[in-house]
Amino acid sequence: MDSTQLIAIFGSILLQSAPLIIAVCGETISERAGVINLSMDGSLLLSALAGFVAALLSGSLLLGFVAAAAVGAVFALIVAFGSLHLRQNQVAIGFVLAMLGDSLSAFLGQSYTRMPGPSVPAWHIPVLKDIPVLGPIFFRQDAVVYFALLLVAVTWWFLFRTRAGLELRSAGERPEAAFTRGVAVRKLRYLYAVLGGALVGIAGAAYSLDVKIGWAEGHTRGMGWIALAIVIFGGWSPVRGALGAVLFGATKALATVLQRSFPQVALVAFNAVPWLLMIVVLLLVSGKLAAPLLARAPATWRRAPAAWRRTLRGLLQAAPPAALGQPLDEQ
Amino acid sequence: MLAAAHAAASTDFFLVYLANIIMQVQLNTIHKQFGSLVANDEISVLFEPGRIYGLLGENGAGKSTLMKILSGYQRPDRGEILLGGAPQHFASPRQALAAGVGMLYQEPLDVPVFTVLENYLLGRAAGGESPRQAARALEALAQRYGFDIDPHEHTSELSMGERQQLELLRLLAGGAQVLILDEPTTGISAEQKDILFASMRTLAREEGKTLILVSHKLDEVQELCDYAFVLRKGRLVGGLPLPCPNQQLVSLMFDELAPRPARRQLGQHAPALSLQSVQVHTGRLELEPVSLQLQAGQVLGLAGLEGSGQELLLRACAGLLPLSGGSLLLGGESQPDWNYPLARQHGVAYLAAGRLEEGLVAGLTLTEHMALVSHTHGLLVDWPQNRKLAEQHISTYQVVGQPESYIENLSGGNQQRFLFAMLPQNLKLILMEHPTRGLDIRSTDWIWEQLDQRRAQGTAILFVSADLDEIAARSDQIAVFSGGRLLRSLPAAETSADELGHLIGGAL
Repeated sequence: MDSTQLIAIFGSILLQSAPLIIAVCGETISERAGVINLSMDGSLLLSALAGFVAALLSGSLLLGFVAAAAVGAVFALIVAFGSLHLRQNQVAIGFVLAMLGDSLSAFLGQSYTRMPGPSVPAWHIPVLKDIPVLGPIFFRQDAVVYFALLLVAVTWWFLFRTRAGLELRSAGERPEAAFTRGVAVRKLRYLYAVLGGALVGIAGAAYSLDVKIGWAEGHTRGMGWIALAIVIFGGWSPVRGALGAVLFGATKALATVLQRSFPQVALVAFNAVPWLLMIVVLLLVSGKLAAPLLARAPATWRRAPAAWRRTLRGLLQAAPPAALGQPLDEQ
Repeated sequence: MLAAAHAAASTDFFLVYLANIIMQVQLNTIHKQFGSLVANDEISVLFEPGRIYGLLGENGAGKSTLMKILSGYQRPDRGEILLGGAPQHFASPRQALAAGVGMLYQEPLDVPVFTVLENYLLGRAAGGESPRQAARALEALAQRYGFDIDPHEHTSELSMGERQQLELLRLLAGGAQVLILDEPTTGISAEQKDILFASMRTLAREEGKTLILVSHKLDEVQELCDYAFVLRKGRLVGGLPLPCPNQQLVSLMFDELAPRPARRQLGQHAPALSLQSVQVHTGRLELEPVSLQLQAGQVLGLAGLEGSGQELLLRACAGLLPLSGGSLLLGGESQPDWNYPLARQHGVAYLAAGRLEEGLVAGLTLTEHMALVSHTHGLLVDWPQNRKLAEQHISTYQVVGQPESYIENLSGGNQQRFLFAMLPQNLKLILMEHPTRGLDIRSTDWIWEQLDQRRAQGTAILFVSADLDEIAARSDQIAVFSGGRLLRSLPAAETSADELGHLIGGAL
């Protein structure tokens, strides 16, 4: 395999991962604010269908993405309303919605199966596309990929560098403290759950209009659950989540390559590779294993400035938002 | 010349007068009811600026409710709050702080995963202040009150006392003129208590702020406050200028006063527990070799700041943590493979600090708890029998509750009573974490009376407490821990809570 081929593979991994990255960012935002949107698998399917159909009928790609975002937002709104207003269990509502989205998309999509439809055109960025290696991987893509990459940066910046992001995280970590300090916890949770849901919807359309063009029953089935796993895997950080999504895409590509080299091994065995890798990395980043590892670090490291240690700790350790899925009784 | 000076003086006087008017806090006939329970019954009090007030009362006397109302966390059913004569209607704690009233909760209401700076910024009005400026402002403010806080440290790494200092600074930066502190000395070191008290004095005497200390520790209130209001069963029963004899306050707080019986020496010369060079390692702390002896009927109190290793030792004795070195002897017999089920078989009971987390099962009734601890192996539960048992325990142990009550609906004191009720008879050793944390004086005395009865039967007691008075008053022997090692072991008769306070800070 020569380098051109390798670069092409990397470029394709990035493209394949783009919808997953968008969905992971959306869910990260929602969970950071304290709302688990477990409906993701169903809402991805339904929004993929909605995006495809809307773009097909209207002839406008933009309208397709808007329709998909609306579907995702509505699903998230149902979860938010059910848990924040009706005080029902978020996990239960989300799970039922995931089933509903799956079945509903199969039913509504019957007459749109395997039809040719519109797709997002490639858009090479001038100048940048000519950078060796990086150009072909990052800058000879299309708007969806650029959006996904930008979204990661913006989400990270918003969560960790802005006042609004601080309030968002406080709502998911310790809502009673946030409330005491005048943060409108419930309003924020609604807002970010719906925003996160809309991003999940956009991810759905990114499949049906770009990465896996068209519609078929169960078109994106499973990707929602994978995205949920990656959110945890990424320690509720958009950057680590995006890396997780790319890693997942890469191991899938690797599985394909391996399969070609070892045809005597069953394909399903290679399909398990990404999951095995994820379990290993999860064990490494979860606090239980990271803490003793850090404790056994060489003495030179333990003498490192406190600021460095804090940074490394932040990178290695990840805990879910403390109030994830818990309601807040205001007053 | 003279006239000008006079004019200046009278302006000063006028400003002081004005400030006093502005910051005066008046509560008029505050009434608050939860179901049938009247938490605040027509309470009217006046707090003047520049003074430190103590708010005293038993558990459930209505102190917290009154302060939550003043700080905007709850709304009164009736009555009004006046700040400088102007009526206020706080819809949220944020509004109260905007009007100048801030409350420091017993458990600091911060976000542990945030950095100190992020906690400070959260909820502050966006004023174009850059994080760097905010960090500088925070450090300057901390310095003013003698606090030492690194703005970039993670809040979860701070001690309880430092988290409290952070909250205090945040409230001050938010413009608090009236500060309410709810049991601020629970779980903080003697040194941090001194810093806190010094800052409270500065705030009141030099800056003219109004401070309200909610506490049930009389000594602290006497030491710090100018005046004490006493609540009993939701009513204001009186106010006294301080200092005054403790007896006067106590007689206001309680209907009748049972004098604390003199401690009986109940140590018998039979070994109950013996630890020989016991070591315990966890990811966080390594406990250096500890050797201790405990006779039957004796009480050994383990003192130390939270996380000094005494909790590890207690859990190791209960068989909940493995020993990584040394040996444990129970009643003279070596126990090489010590674990919790074995401990239970040998008559060792363990009462955890988290009553609802580790001791009781939330969601089960008292009767169901009885069924859970009764060791019958039938398929079916004898409900009438267990109900009868629950009733018996309720009356013997004076638990306020019904056999059908859910355990989480009982007050802390009653939960603890019920935990004691469930302890088997004829125990060799009782291990306790903070046995009376959050309980009022009466429940505390009651619980130690029960323990004394068990001691008379030869039960040894090993306990950890953050309350140094409790350790000094209830133990025969005291072991002081600091930074993962046993600093000293001394007879309780030869020490005092004050001395312990210095010892646990690491001073030799």
